[in-house]
Amino acid sequence: MDSQVVARVKRALIRPASLVSLLFLLTVVSVSIFAPAIAPYDPIRIDLLSAEQPPSLQHLFGTDDVGRDVFSRVVWGGRISLTMGLVAAGIATVLGLVLGTVSGYYEGSTGYLILRAMDFLLAFPGILLALAIVAILGASLANVMIAIGIGATPAFVRLVHGVVLSIKQNDYIEAAKAFGASDTHIFLKYILPNILPFVIVIFTIQVASAIFYGSSLSFIGLGAQPPSPEWGAMVSRGRYSLRNALWMSAFPGATIALVCIAINLLGDALRDALDPRSS
Amino acid sequence: MAQFILRRMLGVVPLILLISFAVFIMMHLLPGDPVVAMLGETGSMGAEEIQQFREQLGLDKPLILQYTSYLQGLLRLDFGMSIQLRLPVRALIGQRLSSTLQLAFAGLALAVVLGVVLGAVSALNHNTWIDSIAVTIALLGVSIPSYWLGLMLISVFSVTLAWVPIAAVDGWQGLVLPAATLGFAAAAPVARFTRSGMLEVMSQDFVRTARSKGLAQSRVTLRHVLRNALIPVVTIAGIRFGSILAGTVIIESVFVRPGLGLLLLESIRTKDFLVVQGIILIVSVAFVLGNLLVEIIYTWLDPRIQYG
Repeated sequence: MDSQVVARVKRALIRPASLVSLLFLLTVVSVSIFAPAIAPYDPIRIDLLSAEQPPSLQHLFGTDDVGRDVFSRVVWGGRISLTMGLVAAGIATVLGLVLGTVSGYYEGSTGYLILRAMDFLLAFPGILLALAIVAILGASLANVMIAIGIGATPAFVRLVHGVVLSIKQNDYIEAAKAFGASDTHIFLKYILPNILPFVIVIFTIQVASAIFYGSSLSFIGLGAQPPSPEWGAMVSRGRYSLRNALWMSAFPGATIALVCIAINLLGDALRDALDPRSS
Repeated sequence: MAQFILRRMLGVVPLILLISFAVFIMMHLLPGDPVVAMLGETGSMGAEEIQQFREQLGLDKPLILQYTSYLQGLLRLDFGMSIQLRLPVRALIGQRLSSTLQLAFAGLALAVVLGVVLGAVSALNHNTWIDSIAVTIALLGVSIPSYWLGLMLISVFSVTLAWVPIAAVDGWQGLVLPAATLGFAAAAPVARFTRSGMLEVMSQDFVRTARSKGLAQSRVTLRHVLRNALIPVVTIAGIRFGSILAGTVIIESVFVRPGLGLLLLESIRTKDFLVVQGIILIVSVAFVLGNLLVEIIYTWLDPRIQYG
């Protein structure tokens, strides 16, 4: 990355909206890591005597229909939701990088086939591809991560493909080839550093979208299974207690929304910084 | 123009065939024996019945023959029989289709209206606090999970205020909250496209000319800016229609609306695979055809595009 880009990224990150988002996300990540120390109660222990208690000093976010502390569950749930976001986005990144580079670098039939396959995956709208994959693999958190990772791959491939195509035109790649550099060497030394900024931006946005869609799949019962304190699954359980215990669904849902807002704000700031047209 | 349309229509045939093949192969990708996987839940079937079912599905024939007979069935709109409900999949889908389409079109209409208004207000007040508020609303649209928004809307408008009924009822009252939830999420990209489209058009010469002719601001905005900026909005609205249609799965689950989405979820849960295949096929093909329609409308709206 050249120093101009670094400077632009720095400037984007010290904007108030980015700073607040970054701080919030760091807090969520630390809280999830130190969940055992921070959560005041066991997230899955049932205590029917204290069911559906409203938020109070003892139970910051209240308790659910079987007396579990909602705050403790949200804290532990962060581990699940964040892992889900990172793993799914990671799958899409690795697949996107490999397929995008191969299709961009080696044009011809391989590249053509990869791009057509991606177009084909894009023919399944929105959450439908993930639903189809979960229908085949079965309902579980791991399968949701795979399904969302695969679903997010085509957009990644197209972006990496485009960037690799434009980088490939540069004289220094030709020069490296003329000096007998191997394809791996050219990729690691010249291509990867150039596409890295774009990959970081998409990865960031994909984490938000994976948390978003992953929690949706848990909400409809195809992702994390009870008693797992996944945020979407918690909202789903709270739907039957809207009248008596709104906090059961309100707090975990608001947490997902805030995390997604923060990641999207950061992603937008990074995109502005890396897109030369916006400066 | 007619030739262009015909060529594009022929162009989607291979894609639809590919989709049908992918949907067909889904059943063979199930871990283990597909028949056991599907009948596992019922458990009560004897070996004879399993064998009968296998023959009915044609699973004892070579794959290519299975696919061609599946395709022949599709041409007659025959998607097979539901194992759990013992009804033709076509009838099941037929019962639920109109409810889902109603929801999807109402959601799309709301998304377009809300998105165009937000985007236009945003562009006309570029770089002011009004712009920031409109951009923030669009950000909320993509960040708030629709299932949660739906529940919170139910909590406010049905439980607390009792303005609209909670569960699914026929007529527009039952449609208000689901469509609003669906539309809000889909409005964000429409708003973004309207905003950037209008900002671009506003900086062009013919807009300056219109203004310098002394036309009223509102006339310039409506007749010149918005009209030109809306062309890309047609595309994004068309593309969003697919995800809106897919998004009805979540919304129908929240509002317990008996549509295709709810049927799909029930069928995934009970491993009623022919129903799952039928719904995925119909929604994906509708999406592809929808995109084709958008492309045709787009070409018709924008004379700059050549019929290439």
